[in-house]
Amino acid sequence: MKKHLSAILASALALVLLMSACGPAASDLTKSPDNPDPKPSQQQDTPPADQPVTITYSNYNASGGNEETLQKMYEAFHEEYPNITVEIETIAYNDYFTQLQTRVSGGTAPDCYELNIENFAAYANKGALAEITGVDFSGLDETSLNAFNVDGKQYGLPGKFSNVVLFYNKDLFDQAKIDYPTADWTQDDLQKAAEAIRALGDDIYGYYQPLTYNEFYKVVAQFGGSLLNADKTEFTINAPENVAAAQMMADRILVSNVQPNEVQMGGIGDWDLFMSGRLGMMPTGIWAFNTFAEGCKFDWDITVEPGKEQKATHFFSDACVINNASDKKEAAATWITWLTSSDKAAAIRIEAGWDLPAIKDQSTLSAYLDITPPANRQAVFDSLNYLVVPPVIEDYSLMSDIIGQKLSAAAAGTLTVQEALDQAQSECQAQISLK
Amino acid sequence: MPQKANRRGGPKKDGLLTAAPFLLPSLLGLLVFSLLPLLVSALISFTDWNGLDQLLAPGFLQEHFIGLENYKNILSGAELWKVLGNTGAYIIMYIPLMLAASLLEAYLLSSTRRGVSAFRVVYYLPVLTSWVAASLIWTSVLSPQYGAMNNLLALFGIQGPGWLLDEKWAMAAIVLVSVWKDAGFFGLILLSGMVGINKSYYEAASLDGAGAWKKFWRITVPLMSPAIFYVLIVALINAFQLFPQVMIMTDGGPNGATQVMVERIYRYGFRYFRMGYAAAFSWILFVIIMACTAIQMKAQKRWVNYDA
Repeated sequence: MKKHLSAILASALALVLLMSACGPAASDLTKSPDNPDPKPSQQQDTPPADQPVTITYSNYNASGGNEETLQKMYEAFHEEYPNITVEIETIAYNDYFTQLQTRVSGGTAPDCYELNIENFAAYANKGALAEITGVDFSGLDETSLNAFNVDGKQYGLPGKFSNVVLFYNKDLFDQAKIDYPTADWTQDDLQKAAEAIRALGDDIYGYYQPLTYNEFYKVVAQFGGSLLNADKTEFTINAPENVAAAQMMADRILVSNVQPNEVQMGGIGDWDLFMSGRLGMMPTGIWAFNTFAEGCKFDWDITVEPGKEQKATHFFSDACVINNASDKKEAAATWITWLTSSDKAAAIRIEAGWDLPAIKDQSTLSAYLDITPPANRQAVFDSLNYLVVPPVIEDYSLMSDIIGQKLSAAAAGTLTVQEALDQAQSECQAQISLK
Repeated sequence: MPQKANRRGGPKKDGLLTAAPFLLPSLLGLLVFSLLPLLVSALISFTDWNGLDQLLAPGFLQEHFIGLENYKNILSGAELWKVLGNTGAYIIMYIPLMLAASLLEAYLLSSTRRGVSAFRVVYYLPVLTSWVAASLIWTSVLSPQYGAMNNLLALFGIQGPGWLLDEKWAMAAIVLVSVWKDAGFFGLILLSGMVGINKSYYEAASLDGAGAWKKFWRITVPLMSPAIFYVLIVALINAFQLFPQVMIMTDGGPNGATQVMVERIYRYGFRYFRMGYAAAFSWILFVIIMACTAIQMKAQKRWVNYDA
């Protein structure tokens, strides 16, 4: 019997150890019945402004280099609002959304957090986000605000934005004895220049714009097309304008070959191809400035991307949102409004070269223009006149995966452009129900 | 005296009582982290849960219960069959190649030739390598124009295919990498079956004039059939659960040629916000694996030899 007793004791100990491993969850469960709070929790919905409050903020944009910049911003904020303490969690992009989804469904999501445009609509439509009210965000750029407005309700504030411009290698243009691209170029001008540069050598290419979903919806807009009809009730993926847009992009790879195919790329990245001096032009994000300034051994500059029927340029923004289940919405709104639209945060952001704040006030942005290369930094702001936002629907990821997969088959030549877009259209119709 | 302990037989009542507290911690873990999620996922598969709403909210299950809808949609759609076709192609290439490679490894490991000790050091390295690292390196090795593989083939005058970029070759490339990675592990298991064979069988066969080939087929293979059987079961289950190499090397492409079950489950659950659909998908995968394993267990009576 003694043996039994010691065995039971030993296992009890093991159990205690096991339980302590899941400590926080267990203590959370027992807290409320054991120490009844003087106030019921519902009343904490709006804590008075002078009471100290601690909120949590999750983000991925600061990971990989800007953790300290974000910390600096928070310190400046905390000086202004000493009652609001923000616990910042910076999580790497690859793990961020899987983790966030689990936390939202488990009811343990942070009070406010960052979402990219792909996930924003899904979260907003599924009721995970709170409408942002009671704060003044009039200093923010309207186009970027609109990207995070669903049915007239503001669910997100643009934390920063970046856009895409045409980068070009001046040395290759000089060698080919052709004029540098300008802001009023069209796709036809670009094609001619790309062919001239392609003729410079077997492994020199004129242009690189991959036939991906992201590039596609932009070029479609340049051709006057769109992936959805105006009220977003039907897909129009295989409309004639869209086919023409994709055909032009595919022909550059398969017919004129001014653009390398995947085999010719040989697994290197597009930026590396540009930095190696073997690529004449490419549209890419302004976040390439620092990398290219360090990595390019030749002269380069930027200009507004060429258009077709009209100009259209990319615009990327991430939203700062408030968790609908949070009981500290007011403090969270104060923090994300400050973070996105205050002059101080904007100045810190620009100084660190961490994208651009989505604010109206151009004078804060002027410091940004003084940095070279590129010499023509003004093109960053000129491009904003033509920006298009992606067609935000609830099943955004599914739609972009289906279209992207078919486009890559068209780029490889295994499907014709018409077949690819017809298949994308019917698969999207079958799998996605639009409201 | 081990016999005495044996004669007492299996765990009697008081034995179980003593054992129970020791078993409890791990049983509890099994219960909380395996059995419970299993049951919950079955429940989720009957709902249209989006993976964001709180499952435990009152009235949630009643409101979102959609019965067998997910299963109906999956079984009537084209996607499941396409994905199963891809998985089938993988299995048909992977199982024979893997078995041949691991038999060869087991044979080399058991022999006493020169250079074998060096082989013993390196053969297990692929197994220890992380899938992420291995996948990234192989992606570059298999790069059509600049990769090591096609340059090696070019030395023999062979024009290598596009591997991961070619719809027809992408799955074969995944098989190649998987065999390279798994053969060491399965080779080790086969080795244990091989060295357990009594040497006197070979001596008797030699006296009767059997050659090396005959000895291999008539003695080695039958007597190590339990080990081969185990390897086949584990390899088949692994094959159905194919995932990391696909995610890293092709992301399901090109044009869906390497989309497989687990890759779909991940995408539906965590990218497309269709957790109920993903849960149903995973239960279908479970049933398929169960059925295949059951068939293997039944069929073993015809060829697996436990007399050694």
